[in-house]
Amino acid sequence: MDARIPAGPLAQKWDRRKFEMKLVNPANKRKYHVLVVGSGLAGASAAASLAELGYGVDCFCYQDSARRAHSIAAQGGINAAKNYQNDGDSVHRLFYDTLKGGDFRAREANVYRLAQVSAAIIDQCVAQGVPFAREYGGTLANRSFGGAQVSRTFYARGQTGQQLLIGAYQALSRQIGLGKVNMHERTEMLDLVVVDGRARGIVTRDLVSGAIKTWIGDAVVLATGGYGNLYFLSTNAVGCNVTATFRAWKKGAFFGNPCFTQIHPTCIPVHGEHQSKLTLMSESLRNDGRIWVPKQKGDKRAPDQIPEGERDYYLERKYPSFGNLSPRDIASRAAKQACDEGRGVGESGLGVYLDFAEAIQRLSRDVIEQRYGNLFQMYERITGEDPYKVPMRIYPAVHYTMGGLWVDYHLMSTIPGLFVLGEANFSDHGANRLGASALMQGLADGYFVIPYTIGDYLATTKLEKIGADHAECRKSEGTVRDGIAKLLAVRGKRTVMSFHRQLGRLMWDQCGMARNDAGLKKALQEIPAIREEFWRNVNVLGDGESLNPALERAGRVADFLEFGELMCRDALERRESCGGHFREEFQTPDGEAQRDDANFTHVSAWEYAGPNAAPVMHKEPLVFEEVQPSQRSYK
Amino acid sequence: MRLTLRVWRQKNARERGAFKSYTLDDVSPDSSFLEMLDVLNEQLTERGEDPVAFDSDCREGICGTCSLMINGAAHGPEAATTTCQLHMRSFRDGDTITIEPFRARAFPVLCDLVVDRSAFDRIVQAGGFVSVNTGGAPDGNALPIAKVDADRAMDAAACIGCGACVAACPNASAMLFVAAKIGHLASLPQGQPERDARARSMVERMDAEGFGNCTNHFECEAACPKEISAKFIAAMNRDYVRAKTSRG
Repeated sequence: MDARIPAGPLAQKWDRRKFEMKLVNPANKRKYHVLVVGSGLAGASAAASLAELGYGVDCFCYQDSARRAHSIAAQGGINAAKNYQNDGDSVHRLFYDTLKGGDFRAREANVYRLAQVSAAIIDQCVAQGVPFAREYGGTLANRSFGGAQVSRTFYARGQTGQQLLIGAYQALSRQIGLGKVNMHERTEMLDLVVVDGRARGIVTRDLVSGAIKTWIGDAVVLATGGYGNLYFLSTNAVGCNVTATFRAWKKGAFFGNPCFTQIHPTCIPVHGEHQSKLTLMSESLRNDGRIWVPKQKGDKRAPDQIPEGERDYYLERKYPSFGNLSPRDIASRAAKQACDEGRGVGESGLGVYLDFAEAIQRLSRDVIEQRYGNLFQMYERITGEDPYKVPMRIYPAVHYTMGGLWVDYHLMSTIPGLFVLGEANFSDHGANRLGASALMQGLADGYFVIPYTIGDYLATTKLEKIGADHAECRKSEGTVRDGIAKLLAVRGKRTVMSFHRQLGRLMWDQCGMARNDAGLKKALQEIPAIREEFWRNVNVLGDGESLNPALERAGRVADFLEFGELMCRDALERRESCGGHFREEFQTPDGEAQRDDANFTHVSAWEYAGPNAAPVMHKEPLVFEEVQPSQRSYK
Repeated sequence: MRLTLRVWRQKNARERGAFKSYTLDDVSPDSSFLEMLDVLNEQLTERGEDPVAFDSDCREGICGTCSLMINGAAHGPEAATTTCQLHMRSFRDGDTITIEPFRARAFPVLCDLVVDRSAFDRIVQAGGFVSVNTGGAPDGNALPIAKVDADRAMDAAACIGCGACVAACPNASAMLFVAAKIGHLASLPQGQPERDARARSMVERMDAEGFGNCTNHFECEAACPKEISAKFIAAMNRDYVRAKTSRG
């Protein structure tokens, strides 16, 4: 594992590397072919940018349109070190905030580059016509966002992810219209083809016809998102899955920090047993909403019956300098603590109030409506309660996964020629991601990193010409066909969803917001048992030669059933608390995460060792040249 | 709640479809419409019957994947609500609910309630973008944009591309969808250089895909889960006429 971090001072590393990298002659670019899997912010921006440079590109997504990838659901905004507000922001501050927010478990050089290119992302999106919020004078508006003390977040109402994705989708559509990108919707990647140790292709299933096909390329880019759906209930779209990255893992790509998952503090609480997903309420709401629970245990009075003096605004109390804007992991854990103490609100007791009464009084209902109107509407639609009158109830939910395939500074995995972008890689957020940084990273990777690094790979690699009849392609296709046939042959008694729900519940309980040795060991015993029953008793009807949503889901759940074990293993191995990974055994006297820098300042990169062997862990030590890791304090 | 569901079943694009009735007991009024269909599918699977295919993804009203005509209304009875955000409290115990796919010549049915909306993508590919490559963009604040213009652009850009406008229109017209994209980019200075060409190519592509024309029923506006105004259609028509008579 060589992270290929450039030499020299931090601020010059990226410029230096850009110069060191080999270029592909403009006339030769069209001779190279790149396969991009996923059409979210990272995938669409990469596919469009590579096609603009002249590479041949095939892009794949499981959705019925490239515009629907789950980046679309991000609400709050995108960070950039523009310092338009004159409030002390800089590249260095964005870098520092991101590294510290990640609890010093990310790679310095990558994070610095992310902060460096952040400003260009905003410029690019503006040029595409992304309708960012504006001030009356015509300049771009900013807001502050969870975990930051400067206003560096750019936004488009509560639909920033949608607007950025539509911008990237439009850039991609332009290239499709020009014939430079072949777009394959409703197509799912089911295997990676590795020839002579290099990623050379993928095997896909056409979700409408069921056709299995091999695609050959000179490089493969995975931008397939995170694996939060493993928990069954999460804020992910129902189709989000780990399949592409997991199957690449089985082909030799190392998986970095799989246990690093983010639990978002402001989601609508769970309501019933048939619930299929959780809905996030943008954390921008925390700019004006105040979070509280009753001081008394089991206080079941209506919120307006609880006098001010009997309320505990616990974030403001515990973290006076950040208050309601404390980072996500901290806010989530504090909510869990309050509920564990029996002070949670709502029928289940698993909820806390997010109250706008004071803000409405201070700013007027109109201002609040302007800022959060669509979010309030969404809340009312789901819960049937009017948040202008009754405080919202929120509870943490799985939202994002910082872990992902291990990549070097070039965003290349341990399989040469396999690049991994966006949430699918492990790189920039350490053990906790700051709000409004996912959009930034997805677009940084796709617009401004991969166009350079993939060129260097292609220019320095001699690839043999192969066709889809290559033995490795045949082998991969065979594995895929066998897997599908096996799922359809079981014809047991339980639905796919029931297994998914069972796994999700177990993972939430044992490998969720808080983890401990005994719980993780219990999960490691139970997951194989669920998996064994799955392959003996799952019921997938229909056939493989037509549109069959249950079959699609079955394949994804089968992968989750293996991947969950890897997560628990990683969580067990990391005997410290950091960011979103909270090991109950390792906490400070006042209940904060207790890092162990002496033993765990590394990335855990897991290698697949075969079907019946335990995966092997490798360590990439994290070296901090510029920043000295400190105890995160938001007090 | 006890419900009777009349659901359109169609094996694939080639075979004829028909309604089939199912009864469902113990539906929670707090569950969403799609969660109700999830429960139906669980029960069908347990009985060995093929589950009902329908599209959905984000289930929070933003990706535009879900569709469905529910009792004849695109996305069901609630205003400004996608099917995935529709909750069963909008129905009553004992109701019969008719569930069909979005219907339009340009949206062929693929299976049960799943339709092919790729015509929308092809319309965007024809010109629904600003032709700028990655890199070299001027500073974001170099181009001041009046707040009212940015807001208007955002009103149009809020479109989620679900196709409810087409399904609701008696002519299966896609004019609200196309007008929303044209209106988004025409409201901004970045969209001006290609404004005429965009109006021409997108409208022509829309016609070629087999969508109908607009005859001012305003059903699209009523059905739109993002409340996009039909005024954008009038603006698009002006742009189109101007584009056809200009040389640009």
